[in-house]
Amino acid sequence: MNYSEKVMEHFNNPRNMGEIPDADGVGLVGNPVCGDMMKIFIKVNKDTEVIEDIKFKTFGCGAAIASSSMVTELIKDKGMTIDDALKITNKNVIEELDGLPPVKKHCSVLAEEGLQSAIEDYKKKKQKNG
Amino acid sequence: MSKRIYLDHSSTTYILDEVYDEMIKYLKTFFGNPSSFHSFGREVRKTVEESRERVADVISAEPREIYFTGGGTEADNTAIKGIAYANQSKGNHIITSKIEHHAVLHTCEYLEKKGFRITYLPVDKYGTIDIDALRDTITDKTILISIMHVNNEVGTIQPIEEIGKIAREHNIYFHTDAIQSFGKLPIDVNKMNIDLLSASSHKIYGPKGSGALYIRKGVRIEPLIHGGHHEMNKRAGTENVPGIIGFGKASEIAKKDMENNAYKGIGELRDYLQKGITEKIADVFVNGHPEKRIPVILNVCFKYIEGESIILKLDGKGIAASSGSACTSGDLEPSHVLFAMGVDTALAQGTVRFSLGKKNTKEEMDEVLSVLPGLIENLREMSPFSAEFEFPREAGPRVKHKH
Ligand SMILES: Cc1ncc(COP(=O)(O)O)c(C=O)c1O
Repeated sequence: MNYSEKVMEHFNNPRNMGEIPDADGVGLVGNPVCGDMMKIFIKVNKDTEVIEDIKFKTFGCGAAIASSSMVTELIKDKGMTIDDALKITNKNVIEELDGLPPVKKHCSVLAEEGLQSAIEDYKKKKQKNG
Repeated sequence: MSKRIYLDHSSTTYILDEVYDEMIKYLKTFFGNPSSFHSFGREVRKTVEESRERVADVISAEPREIYFTGGGTEADNTAIKGIAYANQSKGNHIITSKIEHHAVLHTCEYLEKKGFRITYLPVDKYGTIDIDALRDTITDKTILISIMHVNNEVGTIQPIEEIGKIAREHNIYFHTDAIQSFGKLPIDVNKMNIDLLSASSHKIYGPKGSGALYIRKGVRIEPLIHGGHHEMNKRAGTENVPGIIGFGKASEIAKKDMENNAYKGIGELRDYLQKGITEKIADVFVNGHPEKRIPVILNVCFKYIEGESIILKLDGKGIAASSGSACTSGDLEPSHVLFAMGVDTALAQGTVRFSLGKKNTKEEMDEVLSVLPGLIENLREMSPFSAEFEFPREAGPRVKHKH
């Protein structure tokens, strides 16, 4: 099994790794029993709904770490709103990583779901707080 | 990159120079077919038979009890299917264990589909099979017990002498997959009451795709491969001559190494590495039996992180290890061996197997010990899990585990 150079580059130098202590939304997806779990933190501007900061923490293989890194990079510094961010799919992640081995496709799905789950969490909290 | 460090000898080994030198002659000069009557054939036949003696010598067998195969997997398949199909009139029950290599497990699963009944014996937390459970599962329909000598993932040594005794008392054939122990631990097929034994050349510094099955004289099997009269009608096909010669030479050297206690030194290196890892890194768990374990294997779980990511980081530093076993890492499934030993599944995801060989040095262990703690810390920083955010307790149901 071979990873693309891009995957290895993100695995070795992950972007936006860490936590946001006062995050507006947190997504937690996956299961360590299955070998990967991803936690995505977002900071959202309440007026513009632009994602101003995003970070991740991931338990998983090289592809899982690279996919987390890539999905955060796709958002970060682009002034992307949550609606735009919801349009990001695992296919985008795979393309940007120059491909993933077939058995690792699920890692990119996890990245997509992690992002969506963080946005859902943000929306839920927003509703609750009025 | 500086010199690379190879710690994956249980997956495969390099070929020793002496082995290579012997083999090359049979690729270049001596090309004859060992079945031919002319001098070209006879000179090759002579060396093939010498190789058979060398392999037999390692396990105190007679040369005519050694059948060359295309590797360990074929030896396992030939033994298990061969005994099963030859003894169908006597019974259909086979006993094996949950921690066998896939070469045995998948062969047994295949036979299950053909109407055989298979018992997969459980193991304790050290990976040792339960001898009482073995006794209890024997029925008058049991035709074969197949238990590996040394487990390839954790290195635990099974009590095969006891198993052999039980098998003999009940008049049941006993096969052992000795692919990880052949040429490394003393084996005497007569003392241990072994009827069939699988060995593989590329685990003992010989070439790949070459192995042998020992079959006690008088034990009948149904051959897997039909054709000419090669290997006393048990394995048809013109012999893989360079493979056999290489295996023979590697066996001869392995026997001398055992006599010279070479594995004591390797065991000391392994223990040094184990001590260093457990002292320098928190939340690590060593798998396998503390004493009854082959001196070349060190299997460790690093909590809160995943094994493949560790292997990748090590590879980046020029250090080769594996996560569980080569095929386990292709499977993505956490190891069936650790699962059978009751290791928590999330924890089992963070497993690395270091397997040492003849040329490893203390300096190499020091190099591993100098890079590993930083790299584990780096991955743990990336992980959402820690002592503050533990793995879920009941992390999820493990439905029937696929072998
Ligand atoms: C215990 C055990 N059985 C069987 C095999 C298969 O042997 P081979 O690679 O020679 O087919 C291996 C090697 O991977 C092994 O470790």
